[in-house]
Amino acid sequence: MKPPPFDYHAPRSVGEALEILTEAGDEGKVLAGGQSLIPMLNMRLTHPRHVVDVNGLTELATVEAGPGGVLVGALARHAQVERSEPVAAVQPLLRRALGLVAHPVIRNRGTVVGSLVHADPAAELPAVLALLGGSVRLARPGSTRDVAADVFFTGPLESALRPGELAVSALFPALGPRSGTAFHEVARRHGDYAISGAAALVVLDEDLRVVTARVACVSAGPVPVVVDVTGVCGGDRWEAADWRGAAAAVWDETEPEGDIHASADYRRHLLGVLAERALTEAAQEAGNR
Amino acid sequence: MRDIAITLTVNGIVRRATVPGRRLLSDCLRHDLGLTGTHVGCEHGVCGCCTVLLDGQPVRSCLMFAATADGHEVTTVEGLAEPDGTLSPVQRAFAECHGLQCGFCTPGFLCTVTALLRDNPAPGEEEVVEGISGNLCRCTGYQNIVRAVHRAAEILAEER
Repeated sequence: MKPPPFDYHAPRSVGEALEILTEAGDEGKVLAGGQSLIPMLNMRLTHPRHVVDVNGLTELATVEAGPGGVLVGALARHAQVERSEPVAAVQPLLRRALGLVAHPVIRNRGTVVGSLVHADPAAELPAVLALLGGSVRLARPGSTRDVAADVFFTGPLESALRPGELAVSALFPALGPRSGTAFHEVARRHGDYAISGAAALVVLDEDLRVVTARVACVSAGPVPVVVDVTGVCGGDRWEAADWRGAAAAVWDETEPEGDIHASADYRRHLLGVLAERALTEAAQEAGNR
Repeated sequence: MRDIAITLTVNGIVRRATVPGRRLLSDCLRHDLGLTGTHVGCEHGVCGCCTVLLDGQPVRSCLMFAATADGHEVTTVEGLAEPDGTLSPVQRAFAECHGLQCGFCTPGFLCTVTALLRDNPAPGEEEVVEGISGNLCRCTGYQNIVRAVHRAAEILAEER
């Protein structure tokens, strides 16, 4: 349970980090919080030749909450984002989701952007980014590009990040007026990856009728699976909308796989139950906001 | 694969070591610095035995490279008691409430709980359970550990 040997780099600026990453190409790996990378190294599941430790780049440890949303820098720890009152005011789903990420001690070290780049389909934050339609900013020397969540996650533990690029920040859009969110999941043990989970976003119009209703599913496929259920409950007042029918649509449109933790049927069953719970709660929040 | 010279402040004392990049902080503390109070259980962040305080925050020392801790302050279980050996309130509460059996998980629990009570001096039952949820006790002695956390909060309040 010891990491394989690698060349360790501790750049002192983002520019220096980008140069090292460019040179390392697909043999380079960025180390931020390390709460996923180091277990993988310890178990010898990955063997990068170069590890580029960005923990010294304190200029990336930023969390900015504004009217447009929450911009999280690459070195902002889960705990920092979870405890921020401005973040909770702009996008309350982040604090809710972060409370489900592992344990408090892991959240002291793990980073939000690192979790997105790790792109585990069982993780909460990729689902949140996908549900809200956020984006990740990727940098290379002299240029940056913003990649929308729906194309950022490309497979299990795979993202649109190219060799040599550094994910410098992620944008989680703000929660609009008459909107609500919720996150429900089931894990075998507290703090574990969820065997199934659902995050929901419900937006109402001025007459409190459903304009948008979406669910992002955790552990339901190779990437976070977003199901738009507006077609089932759109136009209805939130109290009277068919949330059970909407959850059934989620159930219909997802095909989770079975593994040692849960059978495919059980996962799918949970998904229906959790989607209904999350949608109802999100609708209630939207209706009372 | 060059070795890296690092300087850490461990339990208030400046320590230097020269380590390969892949040296885990837990191994650096135990093998390079001889501080074997930090225990190593699972080495993939599940058990919490190796928890230490990094700049005051509890972290898994097995999920961090020693090189990343360069220039930072680390507190291990050896640094919790007073210099004259007087046990800290959290340590006394664990002894008093029989909050340890084999003792393997204890250093991690003590570090986690020390930070927990600093940030939240009077935690409720749920906050205590959530706070220690990342630490496993292989003797399954959780009832007394939870009791010890509440007792430690009492001692801290009495001594304030």
